[in-house]
Amino acid sequence: MTTQTLDASAREAVGSACAQVDEPGAGDHVDGVVPGLVARPADTDQVAEVLRAAAAHGLSVVPRGGGTKLSWGVAPRSADVLLDVGALDQVLDHAAGDLIVAAQAGCRLADLQDRVAQGGQRLALDETVPGTTVGGMLAANTSGPRRTAVGSARDLLIGITMVRADGVVAKAGGRVVKNVAGYDLGKLLIGSAGTLGVITDATFRLHPVPAASRWVSVPVADPAEALRVTQAVLHAQVVPAAVEVGWADGAGTVSVLLEGRVDGVAGRTEATRALLGEAATDSEDAPAGGATYPWDTTATGDDRATALKLTFELSALGDVLAATAGTTAQVRGSAGSGVLYAALPAGTGPDEAATVLDRLRRVCSQRGGAAVVVDAPAAVKAALDVWGPVPALELMRRVKDQFDPDHRLSPGRFVGGL
Amino acid sequence: MTTTEDRPDTAAGATAGIDAVADVARRLLPESGVITDRTRLRTYECDGLAHYRVTPALVVIPEDADQAAAIVRACAEHAVPYVARGSGTGLSGGALPHAEGVLVVTSRMRTIREVRREDQRAVVEPGVINLDVTKAATPQGYYYAPDPSSQQICSIGGNVAENSGGAHCLKYGFTTNHVTGADFITPAGDQVTLGGAAPDAPGYDLLGAVVGSEGTLGIVTATTVKLVRLPEEVRTILVGFESTDQAGAATSAIISAGIVPAAIEMMDALAIEAAEAAVHCNYPDGAGAVLVIELDGARVEVEEEYAEVARLCEDNGSFEQRLATDPAERALIWKGRKSAFAAVGRISPDYIVQDGVIPRTALPEVLRAIAELSSSSGVRVANVFHAGDGNLHPLVLFDDSVEGAGDAAEQVSGAILDLCIEHGGSITGEHGVGMDKAKYMPRMYTDEDLDTMQLVRCAFDPANISNPGKVFPTPRLCGEVPGRHKAAHPLQQAGLAEVF
Repeated sequence: MTTQTLDASAREAVGSACAQVDEPGAGDHVDGVVPGLVARPADTDQVAEVLRAAAAHGLSVVPRGGGTKLSWGVAPRSADVLLDVGALDQVLDHAAGDLIVAAQAGCRLADLQDRVAQGGQRLALDETVPGTTVGGMLAANTSGPRRTAVGSARDLLIGITMVRADGVVAKAGGRVVKNVAGYDLGKLLIGSAGTLGVITDATFRLHPVPAASRWVSVPVADPAEALRVTQAVLHAQVVPAAVEVGWADGAGTVSVLLEGRVDGVAGRTEATRALLGEAATDSEDAPAGGATYPWDTTATGDDRATALKLTFELSALGDVLAATAGTTAQVRGSAGSGVLYAALPAGTGPDEAATVLDRLRRVCSQRGGAAVVVDAPAAVKAALDVWGPVPALELMRRVKDQFDPDHRLSPGRFVGGL
Repeated sequence: MTTTEDRPDTAAGATAGIDAVADVARRLLPESGVITDRTRLRTYECDGLAHYRVTPALVVIPEDADQAAAIVRACAEHAVPYVARGSGTGLSGGALPHAEGVLVVTSRMRTIREVRREDQRAVVEPGVINLDVTKAATPQGYYYAPDPSSQQICSIGGNVAENSGGAHCLKYGFTTNHVTGADFITPAGDQVTLGGAAPDAPGYDLLGAVVGSEGTLGIVTATTVKLVRLPEEVRTILVGFESTDQAGAATSAIISAGIVPAAIEMMDALAIEAAEAAVHCNYPDGAGAVLVIELDGARVEVEEEYAEVARLCEDNGSFEQRLATDPAERALIWKGRKSAFAAVGRISPDYIVQDGVIPRTALPEVLRAIAELSSSSGVRVANVFHAGDGNLHPLVLFDDSVEGAGDAAEQVSGAILDLCIEHGGSITGEHGVGMDKAKYMPRMYTDEDLDTMQLVRCAFDPANISNPGKVFPTPRLCGEVPGRHKAAHPLQQAGLAEVF
């Protein structure tokens, strides 16, 4: 753990900018970096005031929503102020007739889903980490099984409010699904890990909750079989909402989610079972693990698994699974999207992790994707190239330099030390 | 590196810059790819928004990315502005040339490099025609979903620049939802890769910023796009109503029932009249409004949804419903809709195609307000729109030979955009801001919003040479005052240019 200290005038400036400022408590650290203080603004204006005070005093700021993914990426070089947006926890507007919802960054995804469910609707983004907030989900760009049919946050976010490092509040997009006026800042902020600005609210496109849903699963004995089954489903006419794979020790399960009308789902369940063969079964329940990652997201410190995100073109599924052979990796993810997650159990040493990462990274990057370390114990992260090669890094650096010229927002958490 | 001179923005300096870029182009391109003849340059003076016309100083037609990059690099070296152009079908003047600049035409980069069913991806060059991607993928059971009405002639490069939509984006989204990777030339002339075949490339989603940036961030020279499985069943229904209110209510009822059709399009009486005159689409007699509703997906579901949609239309007052039972009938239904813009030429010598968005639930109210605007001003407005997602295309009719008619039409057209903004909508749903709507941006966004967007511009194009003057009403100074540099010019700092 490293601890930041702030001088008195900086403390006073942040303290007067915001309704509540606290000394850091036990859980208030960013992957081992303990902030000088925790600011809890009550609204977007106060977020802006905190950021203006931080700018005036040259303080580094790390935004936090639910704090469920704060250890992801690289530990920040500095975190003078932990900016907790947890008090911005409201659903601002659910316009059911327009199929949109607006919510504050600190609003829990589960609360948002409860609210829109009252109108028979849902935000088609899975809760991959229990307790996640809207802001954290966007900043970390999490996605789950349903991305195969409806896409990820970038496909559903239609408007955003952010506060810049200099405290300027800016909006992009709006409240309508179709809108091409101006640059799409929302997409830049998605997955930016709090390094470009602080998200304070977001507006999303919604979908109707389907009347029926059913999972069809089949065990697969080797990588080639997993690929064959996945391809069969994708090219058939069963319109899968998700095609998931779970994998460990050289074998696994492919599971297909069918959603829609009652009769339609019944028919497509039969069709999918026929495609998958005699061993296929169907169930109301999601396969083991559901939409979550194959690691314990509540583990901290050295108890954490080494967590990897693997992306690749769809036809590389077999090669990626094959590359986990002989490792302790638990794999789960969206075979239908080319996104898998792998976990090496806690206790895996840096050398072993590096060997596995290297092998997976080679396959993924040859096949149109990448392998990224999502999270790992400090000693493992220190030994790994967390982000791997990043094309267009220079252009990304210039974007960072424009939005945060002093590199005070979550410094170092992101690619290339940004 | 402390002494710099002004950028060569005098006429003589501009000519020298153009000559230098032309020299580079002549070394690299065949003769037909470099156009300097005044008469031939004029054929490029406008895009689909023909009332803005500027003759470019030079037109180049590169055949590959390396050539295009060398030309952009030459532009950067000599501070010459450039504008990229695909098929030139854009409706906001996004590809309007710069009088002292280069028009980079991508129409000879038109190879479909790969169609990979197993990856559900195609890799295409920017000059490839939208519909040709679908044609290439169809034998494998796939298609390219974004389908602007101009899909038979518009290019993928233009679609990427404008984030084009189309009738089916209600269900399938826009270009930005279907592009996963791009080869890209920065305004400094560097070639970089954004994204790839896989989703979620590490780092900032620069691709997400580039798609829809209307050529202001650089030029895309190849695009990896998603291919979508052809649906098992498609049903297209033409429904006649007495009024737009009824058609709007039916639309809301369909959406409220949890149905997401592939498309719900509406045309009012005047738009129907125009379409009949132009393409004899044989829409229902006496209709005050028609809906074109398309359902697609798995057969059982489409059949069920069709029954429900038919009932909901009837409940809301439809007097005629026609189901297309084969591709020919479906094509005829769509012909009336897709030809609507041009068809308006049959009933009016001149017209403005407007493009605005409102929340779908505001549809009846906004249509009434447009009708009031029309009757109080005496300017006729035909309405054609994507009702499912609230994207209006009012066609404002006028006769330019009548003095003041053009201005009156322009006023009504602008007032319609104000209506959209008042109702929480947007000044453009798919045609882009371009040259035409830059002046409306401050009505939709604050100065801070626009300033923040332009931070992206400054990161990509600090010298402001890539399609300057589009999208933003006033360019942001990227940390320096042109002509009075204290520090080195950004190009110089980046090591891309010596002292000018």
